[in-house]
Amino acid sequence: MKLFLLCFLPIIGVIIPSLVKGLGRSQIAFFTALLPAASLALLLSEMFAVFDGAVISHQIAWVSSLGLNLSLRLDGLAFLFAALILGIGLLVILYARYYLSERDNMSRFYSYLILFMAAMLGVVLSGNLIQMWFFWEMTSIASFLLISFWTHKSEARKGARLALTVTGLGGLCLLAGVILIGETVGSYELDVVLNAGDLIRASSLYPAILVLVLLGAFTKSAQFPFHFWLPHAMAAPTPVSAYLHSATMVKAGVFLLARMYPVLSGTDMWFVLVSATGLMTLLYGAYTAVFQHDLKGLLAYSTISHLGLITLLFGLNRDMAAVAAIFHIINHATFKASLFMAAGIIDHESGSRDMRKLNGLFRFMPITATLAMVAAAAMAGVPLLNGFLSKEMFFTEVLGQRTLGAISWLIPVLATVGAALSVAYSLRFIHDVFFNGEPRDLPKTPHEPPRYMRVPVEVLVAMCLLVGAFPAFTIGSLLNAASEATLNTPVPEYSLAIWHGFNIPLLMSAMAIIGGVLIYMSRKQLFRFQASFKEINASEIFDKVIYQVQRAAHATIDWIDNGSYQRSAFILSAFALVMLAIPISHISEPLDRLAHTEAQMPVIVGSILLILGSLATVLVSHKRIIALAMLSLVGLVVSIAFNFFSAPDLALTQVLVEVVAIILLLLTLYFFPQTTPRSATGPAGFARDILLASTIGAVVGTVCLLMLTYNAESVSQFYIDNAKTGGGGTNVVNVILVDFRGFDTMGEILVLGIAALGIYKLIARMRLSIRTRDAQGRLWSEDKHPMILSVVSQSLLPLALLISAYIFLRGHNLPGGGFIAGLITAVAMILQYFAHGVSWVSARHKIVYQSLIVSGLMIAVLTGLAPLIWGYPFLTSWFDYFTLPVIGKFELTSALVFDLGVFLTVVGSTMLILSNLGKLTTNQRLKVEQQ
Amino acid sequence: MLALSLQFAIACVFISLLLNAWRLIIGPETTDRILAVDTMYVNCVALIIMFGIHTQSDVYFEAAALIALLGFISTAAFCKFLLRGDIIE
Repeated sequence: MKLFLLCFLPIIGVIIPSLVKGLGRSQIAFFTALLPAASLALLLSEMFAVFDGAVISHQIAWVSSLGLNLSLRLDGLAFLFAALILGIGLLVILYARYYLSERDNMSRFYSYLILFMAAMLGVVLSGNLIQMWFFWEMTSIASFLLISFWTHKSEARKGARLALTVTGLGGLCLLAGVILIGETVGSYELDVVLNAGDLIRASSLYPAILVLVLLGAFTKSAQFPFHFWLPHAMAAPTPVSAYLHSATMVKAGVFLLARMYPVLSGTDMWFVLVSATGLMTLLYGAYTAVFQHDLKGLLAYSTISHLGLITLLFGLNRDMAAVAAIFHIINHATFKASLFMAAGIIDHESGSRDMRKLNGLFRFMPITATLAMVAAAAMAGVPLLNGFLSKEMFFTEVLGQRTLGAISWLIPVLATVGAALSVAYSLRFIHDVFFNGEPRDLPKTPHEPPRYMRVPVEVLVAMCLLVGAFPAFTIGSLLNAASEATLNTPVPEYSLAIWHGFNIPLLMSAMAIIGGVLIYMSRKQLFRFQASFKEINASEIFDKVIYQVQRAAHATIDWIDNGSYQRSAFILSAFALVMLAIPISHISEPLDRLAHTEAQMPVIVGSILLILGSLATVLVSHKRIIALAMLSLVGLVVSIAFNFFSAPDLALTQVLVEVVAIILLLLTLYFFPQTTPRSATGPAGFARDILLASTIGAVVGTVCLLMLTYNAESVSQFYIDNAKTGGGGTNVVNVILVDFRGFDTMGEILVLGIAALGIYKLIARMRLSIRTRDAQGRLWSEDKHPMILSVVSQSLLPLALLISAYIFLRGHNLPGGGFIAGLITAVAMILQYFAHGVSWVSARHKIVYQSLIVSGLMIAVLTGLAPLIWGYPFLTSWFDYFTLPVIGKFELTSALVFDLGVFLTVVGSTMLILSNLGKLTTNQRLKVEQQ
Repeated sequence: MLALSLQFAIACVFISLLLNAWRLIIGPETTDRILAVDTMYVNCVALIIMFGIHTQSDVYFEAAALIALLGFISTAAFCKFLLRGDIIE
C-alpha cells in the first residue's frame, strides 16, 4: 500500500497546481511540492529494507485473465532512480519558482512537471513491462508539453515535436520488443522476466528483442545516431532541462539498459551494439560540445557524451562496469542538474547564454560562479569530486576488457580522448563564462540571483563534494543496493576509495586533464578547423523527412479516396452488397415460413406514396430544396406506417427526428449552392450505378421478406411478459429503453452528447459566406421575423412544453418517454429561434446547452450507480406504488429519473447543434451591420 | 353506419393524399410543393384520428396532435428558408 501511495501521490499532484492557481507564486510552489515530498518521505522510509536487499512489490488485480495487473516493484535500482526523480524534482520545483517570470503560467508549468515526475516514477517502479512501457510513453508526452512550454517560440514547438517523434518512435520499438519478450517468457512480470535471461538469450528471437529494446533505450537516452533531438530540446525552460535532460528523461534509456541488463547482456551482440554506440556517442558528444557557443548547447552535448559513457560501460559485459555505470548515473545527475541550473541563473540574470558575450562573470556573481565551477570540475573528473571517482572506475573497466583481442587497447585510448575533450569543454564553461575579459553587450547587468534560487544548486554541489570526498560513507550502500538489483546477482568486491595508489587509471586521468587543457588552449585553431565543415541542422532534416512522410501519406489517401462521393458511395455499397449477398445465397428453400398477409388498401396507397417520394427524391436530387420536400413525404409516410402497424412510440420518434433533420438540413443548405450540376458520369457510369442500386434494392428487399416471414420464437414475448412485473411499466418499448436495456441507452446518450460537443467544436468560429440572393436570383425578403409566425410560435411554446411534460411522465406506461419528450421540447424551442432570432431567444433564457448535456449524463449515471448503495447491480431499477389524497394511486420509479437524464441530454444535444448552426450567421451579420 | 362513413372518409383522404403527392411532384413552384407537404401533414392527422376511431383506441391521439404541431414547424422552416435563406438569424 505504501508503494501504491508512493507511486500515485504525484499523479494526484498533477491537479494540485491548477487548484491553487489563484494563490501567490510561493504558495503554488509550496503546494505543488507537498505530494512529491510526501512521496519522497515514503520512499526514504523503505530505505533500510531496500539496502538490505529486499524487493518490495505490490499488486492490484485489474484484468487478471489477460495478465493485466497494476504491479509495482521497488528494488535497489528503482529506489535509486525514484530518489533521483523525487529529490531533484523537488529542487527543480523550488528553482522554477524563481526562474519563471510573471508572464509564464506557473500552475500549468508545475502541472506538466508533476505529470512528468509521475510518469517517470511509474517507469522505474513498474513491476510489469507493459505497464512500464505505458509510463515510458507518458514521459514522452509530458516532455513534449514541457519542452513546448513557451508555445510562442517556434524553436520550442519544433524542438518538442522533434523530441516527441524520436522518442515516440523509440517507444513503439520498445513496445514491440517488450511484446516479444512477453511471448518468449510467457509473462510480462518483471520478477519472471529478470530470471529468464538464459531463456531469452537462447531464443531465436533474441536478436530482434535486443535491437528493438535498444532502439527504445537509445532514442530516449539520445545515443548516436538518435542524439539530435536533445540539443533542440534545449529550447525548453531551463528548469525542464535541469530535470529532464540531466537526471530523468534521458536517464530512462540507461535505466532500461540497467533493468534489462540481467536479461539481455552477456552476448557478443550486446557488446558490439551497446559499447560501439556508447563509445561513438561519448566521442561525438564530447567533440561537438567543445564547439558550442550556447551555454545550454554545451551542456546538452556534454550530456549526450556522458550518456554515451554510461552506455559504453553497460556494453562491456563486465559486472564491475555495470556498477561503474550506476555510479556515474548518480554523479552525472547531480553535477549536470546543478550545471543546468547555474546556466539558467546566468541566462536569467544576464539575459544571454552566448559564451561569446558572457565573459568575466565571476566579478558579478561570485557565489554562483564558485558553485558552477565546482560542478564543472566534477564533470571534468577533477579529484575529490564525485565525477573523478566514476571516471576512475570507468578507466579501470575499459582497461580490463579484452573482447576486441589484439586491438583492445583502442578502447582505453579513445576513452582517454573522450575524457580529455570533456575536460576541455568543462574548462571552456568555467574560463569563458566567468573569466576571460569583460562581458560584451549583455542585455542586463549580471548580478547574483535571489537567495533561494541558488539553494538547489548549493544542495547538488554539496552532494558532489560529499560523494567525492567520502564516497563509501555517503553513497556506498545505495550504490551497492542498486548494483545488486541491476546485476540480479551479488555484487563483486570493489573499493570506493579516493586513492588507489599510482596506477594506470590515475595516469589516464592525468593525461586527460593535461590533454583537455591543451585542447582548450588551442581552441582558436580548432574552431577555425571546425568552421570549414558545413553545419548540419537536424531540425531542417527532420522537417524535410516529415514533409516527405506527409506527402507519401497524402498520396496514399488520394489513391484510396479521390474526393469523389460517387466513388466512395459506389465502393461502400458494392462492399455491403457482397457482404449481404454471400450469406443470402446460402439460404436454401425456406423451412418454416409464415404465410403472406393480404394487401390492404391503406398499405397499397402508402406504398405508392413511399415509392413516389423516394423516386422523386432521387430524380430531383440536384435541386436541393425540392429534394428535401420530397424526403419529408417519405418520412411522413414511414411514420404513418408505424402508426398503422401499432407502433406509436416509433411513429412519434420517426416524425420528430424527421422534422429535426429537415431543420438541420435547411440550416446547412443555406451555406451550399442551391443546385448541384447534373452528374458528370457518362452513360456507362449511369448504367453501372443503376445496376448496383437495383441489385442492392433487390437484396435488401429479399432480406426484409425473409425476416418478416421468419417463423421463430421472438424475444418480444419475454419483454411483454416481464415489462409490468420486472420494470413496473406497461409501455414495453419504454421499459426496454430505460430498464431492460438501460445500459445501451446510457451508451447511446453518451454518444449523442459527444457527437453534439464534437459538432459544436467543429463549427465554432467557422467563417462562411452569407448569400444575398435566393436560387432564382431574387433578393431576400426584408421582413426578418414575420409577425404571424412570431405570434403563433410564441403561443405554441407553452403548449408544446405541456405535451412534452405529459408525454414524458406517462412514458413508462403509454407511448412516450424521455427521448420523445426531449425532441418535442427541442423542436418547440428551435421554433422560437427561427421565429424570433438568436438574440431574442438568448435574451430570454440563460440555458447553457453544454451543461444540459452534462447534467443529463450525470443524472443517468448516478441513477445507474444508486442501486450499488443497496447492494444491487448497476442500473437496477426500483418502483413502487403510492397513494396521495386528491391524486390517488400513482407509481414512482427510478427509471423516470433515468429518463430525465435521457430527456436533458436529448434537449441539450439537439439544441447545441441546431442553435449553433443558426448562430453561425448571427455573429457575422452583427459585424456587417456594425460596419 | 359509422364504419361505412369511416371507410368512405378514409378512402377520400387517401385520394387526396395521392393528389397532394401529385402536386408535390409536378410543382411547378417550390411554394406549391411546400404547400403540398403541409396539406399531407394535415391529411395524415385526419387519417390517424380516423384510424383511431376505427380501432377504438386513443393511443394514436398524441401522434396526431404531434404531427399537427410538427407539420406547422416544418412548413414554417421551409417558408423561412424561401423568404430569408437563413432560417435562424
